[in-house]
Amino acid sequence: MSTPTYNVIGTRPIRHDGADKVTGRALYGADLQLARLVHGAILRSPHAHARILRIDTSKAEALPGVFAVVTAADFPPAPADKIVDFGEGDTLLSSLRGNILASGKVLYSGHAVAAVAAVNAHVAAEAAALIDVEYEVLPCVLTAPAAMAPGAPILHDHLPNGNIAETVRYEMGDLAAGFAQASLIVERELDTATVHQGYIEPQNATAFWSTDGRIQIWCSTQGSFVARDATAAVLDLPVSHVKVTPMEIGGGFGGKINVYLEPVAALLSKKAGRPVKLVMSRRDVFTGTGPTPGSRVRVKIGVNPEGKITAAQAWLAYEAGAYPGAMVVPGAMTVFACYDIENILIEGYDVVVNKPSTAAYRAPGAPNSALATETVLDEIAEKLGLDPLTLRLRNAAHEGTRRADGPRYKRIGCVEVLEAMQASPHYNAPLPGPHCGRGVAIGFWFNVGLPSSATLSVNADGTVNLIEGSTDIGGSRASLAMQAAEVLGLRAEDIHPTVVDTDSVGYTGVTGGSRTTFSTGLAVHDAAQLVIAQMKARAARLWAVDHVDFANGVFSANGNSLSFAELAAQLGATGGPVSCSATVNPKGVGGSFAGLITDLHVDPETGKTTVLRVTSVQDAGKAIHPAYVEGQMQGGTAQGLGWALNEEYFMDADGDMRNGSYLDYRMPTALDLPMIETIIVEVPNPGHPFGVRGVGEANIVPPLPSVANALYRATGKRLNRVPMNPATILGL
Amino acid sequence: MSAKVQVQTTINNEPVEFLCEPRQSLLECLRDIVGLTGAKEGCGDGNCGSCTVRLGDRIVTSCLVLGVEAAGQSITTVEGLAHGNTLHPLQKAFLENAALQCGICTPGFLIAADALLQKHPQPTEEQTRFWLANNLCRCTGYDKIIRAVQAAAHEINANSGAAQ
Amino acid sequence: MKAFDYAAPASLPEAVGLLASQPAARLLAGGTDLLVQLRSGRKQADVVIDVKKIPELNEITLAPDHSLTIGAAVPCYRLTDHPAIRTHYPALAEVASWIGGTPIQGRASLGGNLCNSAPSADSIPLLIALSASAHLIGPAGRRSVPVEAFCTAPGRNQLAPGELLVAIHIPAPAPHSGAAYLRFIPRNEMDIAVVGAGASLTLANGLIAAARLALSSVAPTPLFVPAAGESLIGQAPTPAALEAAAQLAQAAASPISDMRGSAAYRRHLCAVMARRALELALARAQESK
Repeated sequence: MSTPTYNVIGTRPIRHDGADKVTGRALYGADLQLARLVHGAILRSPHAHARILRIDTSKAEALPGVFAVVTAADFPPAPADKIVDFGEGDTLLSSLRGNILASGKVLYSGHAVAAVAAVNAHVAAEAAALIDVEYEVLPCVLTAPAAMAPGAPILHDHLPNGNIAETVRYEMGDLAAGFAQASLIVERELDTATVHQGYIEPQNATAFWSTDGRIQIWCSTQGSFVARDATAAVLDLPVSHVKVTPMEIGGGFGGKINVYLEPVAALLSKKAGRPVKLVMSRRDVFTGTGPTPGSRVRVKIGVNPEGKITAAQAWLAYEAGAYPGAMVVPGAMTVFACYDIENILIEGYDVVVNKPSTAAYRAPGAPNSALATETVLDEIAEKLGLDPLTLRLRNAAHEGTRRADGPRYKRIGCVEVLEAMQASPHYNAPLPGPHCGRGVAIGFWFNVGLPSSATLSVNADGTVNLIEGSTDIGGSRASLAMQAAEVLGLRAEDIHPTVVDTDSVGYTGVTGGSRTTFSTGLAVHDAAQLVIAQMKARAARLWAVDHVDFANGVFSANGNSLSFAELAAQLGATGGPVSCSATVNPKGVGGSFAGLITDLHVDPETGKTTVLRVTSVQDAGKAIHPAYVEGQMQGGTAQGLGWALNEEYFMDADGDMRNGSYLDYRMPTALDLPMIETIIVEVPNPGHPFGVRGVGEANIVPPLPSVANALYRATGKRLNRVPMNPATILGL
Repeated sequence: MSAKVQVQTTINNEPVEFLCEPRQSLLECLRDIVGLTGAKEGCGDGNCGSCTVRLGDRIVTSCLVLGVEAAGQSITTVEGLAHGNTLHPLQKAFLENAALQCGICTPGFLIAADALLQKHPQPTEEQTRFWLANNLCRCTGYDKIIRAVQAAAHEINANSGAAQ
Repeated sequence: MKAFDYAAPASLPEAVGLLASQPAARLLAGGTDLLVQLRSGRKQADVVIDVKKIPELNEITLAPDHSLTIGAAVPCYRLTDHPAIRTHYPALAEVASWIGGTPIQGRASLGGNLCNSAPSADSIPLLIALSASAHLIGPAGRRSVPVEAFCTAPGRNQLAPGELLVAIHIPAPAPHSGAAYLRFIPRNEMDIAVVGAGASLTLANGLIAAARLALSSVAPTPLFVPAAGESLIGQAPTPAALEAAAQLAQAAASPISDMRGSAAYRRHLCAVMARRALELALARAQESK
């Protein structure tokens, strides 16, 4: 198959929202100012597990400057077992509401209990502190193994199986026979701590409940339609009563899909009769939003003397936090997804504990399980005397490989990623000295499709306005505009992309699942094809011909030709403006594989790790804007390195997070990382016209095991706990 | 509530007076009173650097400065970095090097990097990383930010060399 | 944050008078600790007294004998950028560059670091090693307190009601002396010391004539370990002698476990960081004239 040539795709134009973002003009949620705006504050539980006996808001309501106080009692009445579904699967309404404002019990320290709106944020905070809540403190349970043990404190009475909210089981082949064929079996159990996405912009929401019964919301969200639908569900309103305007978003990584503040701001606004703005503090973000699950994963792999895997078994227990929904299913689906294995058994448990209710974080669930698989494989490679990439290549998944959860892969780039790692300058360079180690690992993420919509309107000057609903979290205005430009034969800068509110564009799913460039890109592509068809019809009318060709931005027929801009100038005379929309719900999603090579040094006296060199390799399918593809790979790598080495929720025995600040949560600073080398592999996705796969997530899967394997090579120790911080490395 | 205080400052080379409570941070005053929302609040305790502004001849995290302390001082925010419609070389370099993804940390990085280049016109990678360690970015892994700062330094030095 | 009034006295007597008349006053220099504490509710204030307009608190005085007086509100960057301090007090210039990142150094002061009296304060072990003293003024006049006696408990110190820190005084370094402060942090910046060690060492005729060692983050206050320094006096500066002193420092420590490190890990680090600080101080002493 010949490689298509592109004019715009693969180039690196300046992003369309760039000037606003480097001059301070871009408006993020907290930047919004409205007439008569008042400010809110949330009262949060100091206890990890307690019954709420009484809430007295009278002192707060009496404070001068206070406009409204709300609690869970202000939600409209609903049956206890009501189920809601807004495109993300069934959820119990009481759970959805319960995490937004606690009712009956608080389930984690930081759980929202009540909210206040006041003349300014200082008065609101003072008023929140005046709300008197009487608690009956209950014993708490903080880890999955402890919560699964007999006699553990029970969080939810409605769950039939104690704290185990869900189990998942995937089985393939004959496990016992597979292990019987093995000449070497390695089994390891590894724990990971709860970590946070760490986006720099705290959650925020401003709401105005109008006298006509409609609610307008301005917020920082990865998905304006999901925020709309969730808010409507929580408030028991038709979705058409809620309009969400997505403001610029300061990072999300999966953590800004769930709603926390939007319904509360709406309830406060209804009472106050004014728009209400809520902005979280950094501590609120750590303790009141969804981190990613802590986990325990056990993996057992058998190989024959040639290094071919004969059987693989995994047991996973993930901490959901306060409400069901840990990412154990994707953890289980991805645990062996990089390899072609006949005999597999995977069991996973979704376990509720007294920690914040978890949310998605970049390839959610996958880093936890890949840590175990990839470190076990490293040990097998060492014991067999094989190069660790060679071992992986002997087992790598390919087109036709069946995953344990059922599907067979279409064209994938696992082998190509491994080969690129093996051929890289980094992998072939020597290590710099003693106490240094090199580790490798790979990982997989499915990517998702979901619906997207786009509208293209041709301007008389030959440019095109692009209306879309995908929050731009890292350059998607550019990657979408480039796809339109490629189809229309224009330059990227001829397309003017705008992200609009939920009343102004067709339904569009979240910016998540590495789907925006793929899925919204497809909507843009399809809309652009419609534009071309209409423009051809106009040219045909002008020239009185039946057939018009379009190539390289030029319409032609019978010796006539007009550029896109020239024809655009004549639209008024040929029937009026051209504006085309497309809505897609694509099925041709292409999964992405990624790998990481890590060199590091360990100070043998202090246990401190210095990351010396890293190379991130990922299959992008087709890189639309390579600079932002590299950016995704570098960002995922940096987050993964922080997760591997230092980040964790440090909880005391009572479930209070003791390091809920950027000072003590220890995300990597500029001084903690080297340059992050990238190698983009392009194995086109047959399910997308340009071959796009989506690159947002798979890159965070390899860092945990890559670091663990490098640490082993540097220290001779195989650690069984992430973060592999200095004290853990020294065993102190 | 304590009495509000009248504060006279110079912000981005223009005289600005504002009325604030003593407890209001400079960041709050800039954003909520003066209406300059370029500086962002990411943590409120000086650890993320998103609120970095220049105060007098130093950069500060404006969440850890009281608005009243700014009396008589000059302040530069990201809104004051460009010259009219001409972007500052750092702003240009951040765009050309794709040194921002979500953009929330960008204003703080730009102000901090501007101060760096005034002190060290051609900083090493290590100097750049040390100087910018108080500015957290969660999207980029810093790689493209470091490259952008170095590219801007080259451009500024090349232009000042050409002028001589 | 609770509402408060703001005052910015222009002289020491004015500041002392104001402080004496306001029992719920808090002093503001760089504000990098105070404003965080007020915002989180850990501290309260009816009035915040900004001391940065008092000339004496903003002065750096390096005497001809190289003794050094640092005004309590002098921001850290002025120490780091001061050529003579970099020459004569390299360890001080270093520690000043480590207290917070670049934007913090424009505000934070050694005086504030001392008065905040955190067990983890980076500057205090070095000030102890340098035999520094704190110059105070209050309703009863002026007095001087050795830095090792200044802190009394986490966040508490010798300052009496109405008293404030004017300056930190460091006596002239002896010939052939050197000092160092090293801290262990898991990141490379923006972190609180898991353990820190400050050391000074003076050589005479090839032997150690004087030595002082202090630790941070291993006791309720920054910890002066006289025995560690004394063990070195009269000794040749051998690795074994330094190691033995470091072991004494470790024995004196009483660390706790918290989110920044376990007691066992901190105890281990005491010996490592103390030895490394002594080694660096020795190297500087050997280079010094």
